Amino acid sequence: MPRLATDGLTAWYGSTSGVRDVTLACRENTVTALIGPSGCGKSTLLRSLNRMHELVAGTRVTGRVLLDGYDIYEPGINPIQVRRRIGMVFQRPTPFPTMSIAENVAAGLVVGRAVSRTERADIVERALKRAALWDEVKDRLGDSPLELSGGQQQRLCVARTVAPEPEVILLDEPTAALDPGGAAHIEELVQELKREFTVVIVTHNLQQAARVSDYTAFFYLGELVEVGATTKIFTAPAKPQTEAYITGRFG
Amino acid sequence: MMRGRLIRRLFGSAMTGATYGAAVLAILPLAVILGMLLVKGAGSLDWNFFTKSAVPVGEAGGGFAHAIMGTLIIVGLACAVGVPIGVAIGIFLAEFGGGRLGFAVRFIADVLNGVPSIVIGIFAWTWLVKPMGHFSALAGGIALGMILVPILARTTEEMVRLVPNSLREAALALGYQRWRTSLQVVVRTASAGIVTGCLVAVARVAGETAPLLFTALGNQFFSTRIQGPMAALPLQVYLYALGPYDEWHRQAWAGALVLIMLVLALSLVARAVVRAKRQHA
Repeated sequence: MPRLATDGLTAWYGSTSGVRDVTLACRENTVTALIGPSGCGKSTLLRSLNRMHELVAGTRVTGRVLLDGYDIYEPGINPIQVRRRIGMVFQRPTPFPTMSIAENVAAGLVVGRAVSRTERADIVERALKRAALWDEVKDRLGDSPLELSGGQQQRLCVARTVAPEPEVILLDEPTAALDPGGAAHIEELVQELKREFTVVIVTHNLQQAARVSDYTAFFYLGELVEVGATTKIFTAPAKPQTEAYITGRFG
Repeated sequence: MMRGRLIRRLFGSAMTGATYGAAVLAILPLAVILGMLLVKGAGSLDWNFFTKSAVPVGEAGGGFAHAIMGTLIIVGLACAVGVPIGVAIGIFLAEFGGGRLGFAVRFIADVLNGVPSIVIGIFAWTWLVKPMGHFSALAGGIALGMILVPILARTTEEMVRLVPNSLREAALALGYQRWRTSLQVVVRTASAGIVTGCLVAVARVAGETAPLLFTALGNQFFSTRIQGPMAALPLQVYLYALGPYDEWHRQAWAGALVLIMLVLALSLVARAVVRAKRQHA
């Protein structure tokens, strides 16, 4: 059974659909890349996977999103609980400016089960190590996160996302606002993350999708055109639109 | 072509000069007021002024200690009443004020902002002083607090709105509830701005005279009893400035100087808070 799956998922903005009738499965410990030209609905889809889409006024979702087989849109399911199990990293680094580096990492623990002070310190250290940031910040955990570089801030956000131990991690163009060095760091990190989590990444960068993902889903004009193993999508796509896009003929 | 360039340069210099002139014009009144207060009031500022209360006419060595203490107490009461309510309304407006209720609250706050302070004084007199049967510092503090509420509601709203939506989304994506996102992330991020807004608003009401006329009333004696009449700097200045004695006039100038210094100090503290927060943040 896939860890995360969608079944006939359509995400609406008022009466227009951002992405239509998507059926997709993400297996555990894999990276699934969502690619496609701007406005194709891939970010909308991603935000539907942890119920962030509905935060915008006038939006709604039809169809199902199954986490371990259970529909997260079932009536009575609390979106807050869903978001604790499906973490998200955004395009721009979003450290909380009034919290220290350590407090940022522990921010998600505040809403989970109670943890002791020492346990919290351990979790912070472990999360920072998993985000490959520990060595750079271990001597200044009490400092402001705004003193870090953009790439470091983004890894801090990754640490903040993994600290509460979600099952799935959604990455929304996580390197789009970073310099090449910072982007390379994040890409390495994605490879590490999939050992423990199920990862879904939206990216505009086709090379990135080819490098980091196991499965690739190509979206065009709000529809899922094709999904398959990344090697297959990039070498022998089944649909002409997919081929046109990955060979750079549009988008 | 040369001529065109010359004209352009002359025009540029003239306009730059005009903007400098406008800046000077804007600062001039403040400089004149401060200068006049210093010239007329600084001479009467001595140890007695800060430690002694008013003395009968003719006796030497009276001071404004009772008025300074009164202003501190009344403004403190105003903060206790106005800051929590005003800031809470501001947070409500920024975070949940999209609907009809938000529109109504915003409209009322704007109207209240425009109400002359003497009207607030009359209101406080009708609803607090009359039922209690006597003037009191408490009524004065509440009157000033009522002036604080709409100012703080609007400045807090502005400050909270400045927080980027991406921070709100990041908190929600961590599984934060709506209220926790508002308080622990959004409002905390806006806190430096909110504190500044509070200090500026407090500085403004510290100089209010009209609402205190019918509430705190004024007092020639040192008093810290908030249930009774109490002196305040603006009231004392008003009283002494209207009085017939030269000594009173001198002390009124000195009192006005102290009042403006107090306001200035608050503004400086506000700036320091912002700078400290920015360095930390």
